[in-house]
Amino acid sequence: MRDVAIIGVSQTKFGELWDKSFRDMITEAGMGAIQDANIEGAELEAMYVGNMSAGLFVQQEHIAALIADHAGLTPIPCARIEAACASGGLALRNGIMAVASGYHDIVISAGVEKMTDVVDPTPMIASASDQEWEAKQGVTFPSLYAMMARRHMYEYGTTREQLATFSVINHANASKNPRAQFPMEITVEQVLNSTMVADPLRLLDCSPVSDGAAAVILCPAEDARKYTDTPIYVKASAQASGTIALHDRKSLTTIDATVNAARTAYNMAKMEPKDIGAVEVHDCFSINGLLAVEDLGFVEKGKGGVAIEEGMTQIDGEIPVNPSGGLKARGHPLGATGIAQTAEIVWQLRGEAGKRQIDGLEIGMTHNIGGTGGTAAVHIFSL
Amino acid sequence: MTETVRAWRHIPQRYNLIGSKCLQCGKVFFPKRILCPECRRKGKLEEINLSGKGKILTYSVIETPTDEFKDIAPYVVAIVELEEGAKVTTQIVDYDIEKIEIGKEVEMVFRKIREAGDDGVISYGFKFRIKD
Repeated sequence: MRDVAIIGVSQTKFGELWDKSFRDMITEAGMGAIQDANIEGAELEAMYVGNMSAGLFVQQEHIAALIADHAGLTPIPCARIEAACASGGLALRNGIMAVASGYHDIVISAGVEKMTDVVDPTPMIASASDQEWEAKQGVTFPSLYAMMARRHMYEYGTTREQLATFSVINHANASKNPRAQFPMEITVEQVLNSTMVADPLRLLDCSPVSDGAAAVILCPAEDARKYTDTPIYVKASAQASGTIALHDRKSLTTIDATVNAARTAYNMAKMEPKDIGAVEVHDCFSINGLLAVEDLGFVEKGKGGVAIEEGMTQIDGEIPVNPSGGLKARGHPLGATGIAQTAEIVWQLRGEAGKRQIDGLEIGMTHNIGGTGGTAAVHIFSL
Repeated sequence: MTETVRAWRHIPQRYNLIGSKCLQCGKVFFPKRILCPECRRKGKLEEINLSGKGKILTYSVIETPTDEFKDIAPYVVAIVELEEGAKVTTQIVDYDIEKIEIGKEVEMVFRKIREAGDDGVISYGFKFRIKD
């Protein structure tokens, strides 16, 4: 296997992008990454696109061909990768595997979701859970995470304020991110007074409905300096599966897929949690950010709430979490998220993160979850 | 989407809580599976009629529902651990909100789950209530 490097990244602004279509956004992100990589585009040999549900959101399947066509990439092979909200992370992983195996040299991995062309995206999002035995019983996606939150509070004494603090830190970081959907600060009080969605989770515990796209360009590590002075190396690409339904988990307060993917990633990179300088975690809801901090090994199980409260995950803390603003405040166009997380870590490693720059970052991690933990992807990157 | 066949196919499970038990490892599953994920080829699954008695492991009160369930909001959903060990996601009905807590004993009741959709089919199935 060959080592793999990232030579270009791009992310559209995330938000309610009424004037941009599905194909506009992904083409914009792809062009941005090609430009960032200093290539022409003709060098690309394959494309992997993460997308959760174009069929339900914009009634379009066969999107790989559509994107190849509109991006001017025909006839190279393109494939859509779907794993609910982890689609982007898996598109990245498929690109990495294609380059590592020697099958292709220069590959683009991208992600896209157009969520605002439907009035109510809740049923589409619920399809990431077990449609037959969760959604059809009347549970909503937020209520599944709410049930994890309540159980975590019950088992470990986690407080509402600790969960709220996770959102507050995300927004503080997003306020310095020009691509974020909600670049404004919020307070714990605002979170606690926001609309109740599924008790105990409120509106400001939840990631928003977003449009957006992101893309990265991969090449063999040995060739990376032909294109850039600051290649970012892929140290680990790991993925694990868990049960589709939350109720089938051994524990309601641990996402096994995260634990398993993280273990594989640390082994692959020959690293430990203390080696990681910053992490982009999948905080689709505040509780999932907290669970990630625990399940990725940064603190013991049950100590996530206290760690967040004490500032450990702030941008100047021991382990900065979500310098981009995370899913909560950067935005969460489902299929694009895993790629946007990667772009953020690449910018942070290159020293190009502007006002939210973490000083001297050498190793960063991304954590991308599908559904309530049916899929997890964990990647480690270094300078 | 046609709900008719899909609803009909699951009637035994939804009306009577029919699950599966692996005769090899003893584990009980709901919904029914055709393969034991623990024993795989060595497993042997048979149908089991679950008692419908269990306790609440966790719950949430949904205040922002989908259109399909908006008429009953706010409503309570829970993960219930059945006596036999399997866990189910369900609505809790006939409740006094003060009495809902983790660990409470509950029992299955037969209720209407969803109003008729475009094809006119009303879905029925299990919900749970606090045991007196």
